[in-house]
Amino acid sequence: MPNVVIVDSGSANLGSISKALEKAAVTATISDNPAVITAADGIVFPGVGAFEHAMKLLREKELPPALLKVIAAGKPFLGICLGMQLLFSASEECGRPQGPLPGGLDAIPGQVKRFPAGLPVPHVGWNRVAPRYPHPLFSGLPDDSYFYFTHSFYVQPADPSHSLAQTEYGRLFTSAASRNNLLGVQFHPEKSGPAGLRLLSNFGKIIADPTLLGDLR
Amino acid sequence: MLAKRIIPCLDVQDGRVVKGTRFVDLKDAGDPVERACFYDREGADELVFLDITASAEERRTMLDVVRKTAAAIYIPLTVGGGIDSVDFMRRLLENGADKVSVNTAALKEPHLISSGADRFGSQCIVAAIDARRVAGEPGSKPRWAVYSHGGRCPTGRDAVEWAIEAARLGAGEILLTSMDADGTLDGYDNALLAAVAAAVSIPVIASGGAGNLEHLYEAFTAGRAHAVLAASILHYGTYTIAAIKEYLVKKGLPVRPVSRYLETG
Repeated sequence: MPNVVIVDSGSANLGSISKALEKAAVTATISDNPAVITAADGIVFPGVGAFEHAMKLLREKELPPALLKVIAAGKPFLGICLGMQLLFSASEECGRPQGPLPGGLDAIPGQVKRFPAGLPVPHVGWNRVAPRYPHPLFSGLPDDSYFYFTHSFYVQPADPSHSLAQTEYGRLFTSAASRNNLLGVQFHPEKSGPAGLRLLSNFGKIIADPTLLGDLR
Repeated sequence: MLAKRIIPCLDVQDGRVVKGTRFVDLKDAGDPVERACFYDREGADELVFLDITASAEERRTMLDVVRKTAAAIYIPLTVGGGIDSVDFMRRLLENGADKVSVNTAALKEPHLISSGADRFGSQCIVAAIDARRVAGEPGSKPRWAVYSHGGRCPTGRDAVEWAIEAARLGAGEILLTSMDADGTLDGYDNALLAAVAAAVSIPVIASGGAGNLEHLYEAFTAGRAHAVLAASILHYGTYTIAAIKEYLVKKGLPVRPVSRYLETG
């Protein structure tokens, strides 16, 4: 059985993601130990809260090198909500008027942006997710399936090919990202009913057989 | 575009569901965990638990109910009733609630909303408002007064103004109950809903008065609600969630289709 690790970043409700993975027949352990994370066959990286604070917690736990190492080793990696945003280069969240934006793990080039003024924020509720091309993460899910969102910032990959799926909220934004073995979703699959469990089950299948990513990798 | 949400509300007292005990499809109609699972499978978009108990002992029971329920459902869970501190919010969230709903305590101490929002994020904080129409001069603009303590005590606040204040303090959603309409099955107070929806940019959840499918549709259209809370019409089996959603789709509203869980384990 593949060794799947949920990263305890110190800022997420790990109970619900752990239960949802279990229901999706993916057995996972929770850890914040860099050695355990580096040795995993697949990683689930959840996160809620503020970007800069979450990066600080990751650094305190000395996790960024382990996360980058497991990503570089080609292991399937799924960032969820803030977990996906942390994979990007930098975020407008908590950005000072002058000076550089707070930096992320920089595993996917691009920025985390604030929704423009005038839109109700946070973006909360069920919205449609349209994959831009067939991908095993969305296998068996109807196009435009609804997933549950709750967030105030969205990712903007520098390379449009890293945008795996889009959602409309005032504008089209990237609601799922993909760079080789690295996957991310802005929504919460663990709160997204049958569609969410199917996506988690799909991720479990990718971990069991990374060749499913094929030439996408 | 965001889907219009259908949210069953369960009143929980000392660990048991206390309203709508005519549920036919369940072995134990009073078990909140079993009911929550039923509605999740039926296609509910979220669930609300309202703790109508008061004592500290029963609070601990509620934490247990929340923990067991959150472990068994895969949609968001909001818990309200008697939440009077950031610490109790934290305990509910740690036990698996996704959002907490504040009412009476926030009227007494509005900064409970901002403290909760700062600590856990606006998306976690729902401001529940119980409002009753104020008799005015014929032809005058309608007004609604806010009540606390489960609708028993007038607060002297205006419902629209309090909604604006709650949103400014960081509430992520408004759960708006019309005390006039509640229990009548005659429809939501759409004038109240529309007045609040026009005044705030955060979602408004309509509550109180649903008796038929047209009422739900009107809350979304005339009332401009983002979501509807429903109790009686669901608990007594008048309509299934699937029937409600089918109706709303026919009327042209976006809803999340009901789909089945795969049997994976």
